[in-house]
Amino acid sequence: MVDTVETAAGTPDEPQPYAELGLKDDEYARIRAILGRRPTSAELTMYSVMWSEHCSYKSSKVHLRQLAEKVPAEAGEILLAGIGENAGVVDIGQGWAITFKIESHNHPSYVEPYQGAATGVGGIVRDIMSMGARPVAVLDPLRFGPADAPDTRRVLPGVVAGIGGYGNCLGLPNIGGELVFDPSYAGNPLVNALCVGVLRKDRITLAHASGVGNKIILFGAKTGRDGIGGVSVLASATFDDDTVLAGDTVLAGVSVLADGGKRKQKRPSVQVGDPFAEKVLIECCLELFDAGLVVGIQDLGGAGLSCATSELASAGAGGMTVDLDQVHLREASMAPEEILASESQERMCAVVAPERVADFLAACARWDVTARVIGEVTALSPEEARRGGRLVITWRGETIVDVPPRTVAHEGPVYDRPVQRPSTQDALAADDPARLPRPSTPEELRETLLRLVASPNLCDKSWVTEQYDRYVQGNTVLAQPEDAGMVRVEESTGLGVAVATDGNGRYCRLDPYAGAQLALAEAYRNVAATGARPLAVTNCLNFGSPEDPGVMWQFAEAVRGLADGCLVLGTPVTGGNVSFYNSTGETAILPTPVVGVLGVLDDVARRVRHGFQAYDDTDSDTDSDTDSGAAIILLGETRDELGGSEWAWALHGHLGGRPPAVDLARERLLAEVLVDAARERLLASAHDLSDGGLAQALVESCLAGRVGARIGLPAGADPFVWLFSESAGRAVVSIRAGDEQRFIDLCAERALPWARIGTVDPGLGALVVDGALAISLTELRTAWAGTLPALFE
Amino acid sequence: MTAATRARIGVVTFPGSLDDRDAARAVRLAGAEPVPLWHADADLRGVDAVILPGGFSYGDYLRCGAIARFAPVMEPVIASARRGLPVLGICNGFQILCESHLLPGALIRNARRRFVCRDQRLRVENAGTAWTSAYQPGAEIVVPLKNGEGSYVADQHTLDALEGEGRVVVRYLGGNPNGSYRDIAGICDPAGTVVGLMPHPEHAVDPLTGPSEDGLGFVTSVLARLVAA
Repeated sequence: MVDTVETAAGTPDEPQPYAELGLKDDEYARIRAILGRRPTSAELTMYSVMWSEHCSYKSSKVHLRQLAEKVPAEAGEILLAGIGENAGVVDIGQGWAITFKIESHNHPSYVEPYQGAATGVGGIVRDIMSMGARPVAVLDPLRFGPADAPDTRRVLPGVVAGIGGYGNCLGLPNIGGELVFDPSYAGNPLVNALCVGVLRKDRITLAHASGVGNKIILFGAKTGRDGIGGVSVLASATFDDDTVLAGDTVLAGVSVLADGGKRKQKRPSVQVGDPFAEKVLIECCLELFDAGLVVGIQDLGGAGLSCATSELASAGAGGMTVDLDQVHLREASMAPEEILASESQERMCAVVAPERVADFLAACARWDVTARVIGEVTALSPEEARRGGRLVITWRGETIVDVPPRTVAHEGPVYDRPVQRPSTQDALAADDPARLPRPSTPEELRETLLRLVASPNLCDKSWVTEQYDRYVQGNTVLAQPEDAGMVRVEESTGLGVAVATDGNGRYCRLDPYAGAQLALAEAYRNVAATGARPLAVTNCLNFGSPEDPGVMWQFAEAVRGLADGCLVLGTPVTGGNVSFYNSTGETAILPTPVVGVLGVLDDVARRVRHGFQAYDDTDSDTDSDTDSGAAIILLGETRDELGGSEWAWALHGHLGGRPPAVDLARERLLAEVLVDAARERLLASAHDLSDGGLAQALVESCLAGRVGARIGLPAGADPFVWLFSESAGRAVVSIRAGDEQRFIDLCAERALPWARIGTVDPGLGALVVDGALAISLTELRTAWAGTLPALFE
Repeated sequence: MTAATRARIGVVTFPGSLDDRDAARAVRLAGAEPVPLWHADADLRGVDAVILPGGFSYGDYLRCGAIARFAPVMEPVIASARRGLPVLGICNGFQILCESHLLPGALIRNARRRFVCRDQRLRVENAGTAWTSAYQPGAEIVVPLKNGEGSYVADQHTLDALEGEGRVVVRYLGGNPNGSYRDIAGICDPAGTVVGLMPHPEHAVDPLTGPSEDGLGFVTSVLARLVAA
C-alpha cells in the first residue's frame, strides 16, 4: 500500500529505514520537525538523497563560503552567473559567454569503469546545457592506482573507453585533461570531467521555476530503475566490500520502502548511459532555447527527479505540483520512491509558459524526444512561503509528498566538522629529499632523464588521448598534449577560449594550502602559455572522508589556499564540485584539488604551441634568421626544490619535504609576459614547467616539434637541480632571432627573470645539454612513447 | 550550370550526425553553398551533390549506418546516386553507403578494438573520381582519421575487382590504423561519382583547426566538375 501524507500523519510511530538510506538520527528527527509528522516513504527518499553529502555539501559548505566571499575585483566585470547555479557563466566579449564546470564520477567509475566514466561525461554536459549553452568541449583529468597494478588494467581501459564512447558519440571534442598514477588511487580512481559551453551572453537560462501556472515538462529518456541511490550509496560513503560488490545498500532501502520489505532488488547503483539519446537531447534543447520556449531548466543527474523538482521549486517561486503518473517510465511497475530516486540518464526538466507548451512538445517530437507535462508552478500563501515553499507530489491520485522544497534542496544540514592537522605532518615536512642520492655524472644524468621521461606520470599519453575525438565541431585549435585545450568560439573574428586542468596530490599532501595554490598556478600558467588571458576558475575537490579530522584539515587548508590564490590572480571561482569519501581501504587518497582555469584569446590565430619549430622560411623577416635556430629562453627562477617532485617519487618512491614555493604575484607577471608576447606574435613556442622540471619541458618541446635543441648550462648551476627541480612560476619559450630583443624588453618591463639557455637546432636531431648529456630524439621518443602501450596494449 | 551560379551541396543531418556542420563549413570554404538536408524529408532540395557526414547516426545501434540507410532522405539519395549525382560519404557516411549497397563491402570494428583519432597519411590512388580530381595521382595527403569501426572488409573477389578497376580511391600510408584490408581508406562506385572514405577531409580545410588543408580538394574536385558540366 502506498504511504500517503494522510497515512503518515496517522501512523507517527511507523519505523522507517532512514539509517539504511544514509540519514543520521538527528537528521531524521529534523525532517520530522520540519514536517510536523513522520515523512512518507517518498519524502524520506527525497530528503535522504538531497541531504547526502554529494547533493547537500553539508561538510564542505562552511569552508566553500570563502570562495564566494574572497572575490577578486575582476569578477564584477566578467561573472554573469556564479557559485550556486548549475555552472558559472563568464563574459568573454563580443556578446559571447562561456559556461564551464568540472565534476567527479569517481566511485561509479571504480564499480563499473565504462558506464561510470561515460555517465560522468553525460552528467557534466547536461549541467552545461541547463545554462542554455551549446557544449563545445570536454576535458578529463584522470587518476589511477599504480600503472602496473592489475586492477589499473581493469579500470583504466574501461574508463578511457567510456569517456571516448560517450563523448565521441556526442560530438564533443576532448581537448585536454590529465593522467596521473599513484598508489593512493588504487581502490578509488579519480574520474573528473570538465565541460565547456558557449552561449550568447543575453541568453542564460537558470534552474528557476517561476511564473504561477507555468508547466513543468520532463523530457528525454524514460525513467528506469537504474542508478537508484547513486548519490548516497556511491558518492557519499566510503567503499566497503559490500558496496563494491553489490552497490545496493541504499537501493535496498528504497526497495524496502517501495515494497514493504517483500522484495529485495539487486540492481547496480551505477547508471547506464545512452550517448545517442543525449546527443538528440542536446540538439533538441538548443532548438528550444533558440525558439525562446524555456523559462527555466534543470538537468536530471544525481538524485534525479527529487533533485530537479525540489531545486527548481526552491530556487523559483516555491510552489509546485507534480503528478508522477505523467512520468514516462521504462517499467510500469516502478514504485513512486523509485521514480523519485532514479538516476536514469539523458533527462531534463523545463519550466514552460502554458501557451508555449504545444511548440515545446512539437520541437521535442521533431527530435524524437519524449516530453510530458508532469506538473505546474503554483501560488503560495504567505505562510507557505515562510515555511520554504510547497512542493506537492501525487501518485495514482494520492498525495505522497507535501514538503517545503527549500528544506529539501537548499536548507539541508550543515556540519562544521572537526579539523585537526595530522601529527604526522611535521615529520613529513622534515623528511627532506636532500637526503636522496642525486645523479651527477653525465651518465647518471642521462639515465635519470630517460627513466623520468618513461615514467607513467611523464610519458606520452597518446595511448589514451587517441581514443578521444579532438576534431569534431571543427573549432579545436589546440588539444592535448598542448599546455591547454583551445576552441574557437566565433569564426568570423577568431575569438576563442583556452582551458587547462591541473592538480598535484603529492604537493597537497605535503602542504594542502600551498598545494591547492600550485594546482591553480599551474593551470593558470598553462592557459597563459597558449597565449590566452586567464579569466576564471572551476574546481573539483577530491578528498577522503570528511569524518576524519585530518582529511577535513586538508580540505579546509586547500579551500583556503584556493580562495586566497584566486584573489591574488584575479580569477574568480565560478563553481565546482566536492567529492569526499575517496579512500583506498583505510587510507584516504592524496588530497587532490583539481583546478580548471578558463582563458580568452581575441584571435585564436595567435595561439602558441609547445613544440619547438623547425625554421619556417615563409615567416622570414630577415635572411639572418635562416642561419640560426630560435633562441630558447627560460623564464622565472630555478631553486633547489624537489620536495614532492616526480624525480623523488618515480626514482626513489619518496614523498616528503616542502613543495615548491608559491609566488602568485610572480605567476601573474609571467602570464602577462606570455600573453603580451603571444599577442605581438613573438613566441615561436611556449611551454609551462611543472612535473619533471626543465628537462621534461625541453624533451616535450623537442619531440612535439620534431627538432633538436642545444642547451648551455648557466655558470655555476648544478645540472641536476637545474634540469629536474620543479620550482613554480617558470616557462620555457623559443623566440626567433628578430624578435628576441623585443621579448627581452617585455620581460625587463616587468622585472621578470629570464635567461637565454640555448637554441633550437633542427639539424641536430638530439637534445644536448652541454657538459651534462646528449640524447637523440629517437631514443627520447622510444622511451617516452613506449610506456603506456607496453602496459595496456 | 555556369560558373556564375554557386554550386549547392547538400549535407544530410541524421539524428546522431556529428560532423555535419564541419562538412558544411568545408563546402563554404571551397566556395559553394551548403544546403542542410533533414533525414526525415525525402527531398534533396535540388542540390548538385550530397555529402553524408560523419557521426553516429541513430546511435549506430544494430550496425553502423544500418538504420540510417532506411531514413526517408536516403530514398532520393540512392536513386539520384544511381543516376550520377555525386555523393561523398565520410566515416559514418561511408558506412551508410555500404549499407545502402551503393558501395561494396563493409566496415567493421577496428582491429585493436578501440576508437582511434589521429592525423593520418593517405595516398590518393584514383584522382579521376568526382571527389578527387583536384589531386595529382599518387598525391600524399594528411587528414584526420577518427573512428571505432573503420576496418574495411570485403571478399577477395570484390577486393580484386576494386583494385583492378581502380576503385580504391585513397589508401592508408605509414601504418594501417584499423586493420582495413589492403590498407583501403576509401573506394568509389564504377562511375566514380559515389565515393566513401573513413578519414575526414572536412577536418583538414584550415591549418588552424586541422593538420593541413589537404582535405579541401574533395570539395573543390566536385565543384570543378559541376562548373564544367
